[in-house]
Amino acid sequence: MSDQLRSLVDHPVFVYLTDGRTLVGQLMGYDQAANVILGKTHERIFSSTEAMKTVPIGVYVIRGETIALIGELDEELDEQADYDNMMVEPLDPVML
Amino acid sequence: MLFYSFFKTLVGQPVTVELKNDLAITGVLVSVDQFLNIKLDNIKVVDEERYPHMLAVKNCFIRGSVVRYVQLPAPSVDTALLQDAARRERQQPAAGARK
Repeated sequence: MSDQLRSLVDHPVFVYLTDGRTLVGQLMGYDQAANVILGKTHERIFSSTEAMKTVPIGVYVIRGETIALIGELDEELDEQADYDNMMVEPLDPVML
Repeated sequence: MLFYSFFKTLVGQPVTVELKNDLAITGVLVSVDQFLNIKLDNIKVVDEERYPHMLAVKNCFIRGSVVRYVQLPAPSVDTALLQDAARRERQQPAAGARK
């Protein structure tokens, strides 16, 4: 497992939590339980009635239990994505 | 350990991982670990229109605890071998297995 996240360290990542929240930040560290340290964290709040909002929240330590998915954020694709017009429901929470 | 070994044989294959919240992601299996955490490359979210949130994500790490199903290409699975391994595992559970 350490190998799986090692390649993402110091990269911009997209973190999807089990409560449905989506965070974006820089992966600074992790451990065996997939606990994660995320720097320059922004929460992306989606809504079906408004454009996507971004809230900066600083450095976070996230418990592995609450992480559903960590994706490598492709910055080019991220810039191309039209978040200002993206009105969708937020991602569903995951019931374990 | 059985399924960890089984998934290791599928590295490089296209698979679809369905999460417990119904989100499904297709990608190439890059790696798996003892917790059955899964790493996928070249991902495509099934039903992209409903989930554009991840348009900018091309590869991801999925925590094993949130996986409901892993859909596999049938030709890649040797069911006879798997049945055999399961039988052997039953008779001699590996260290750390619960009965």
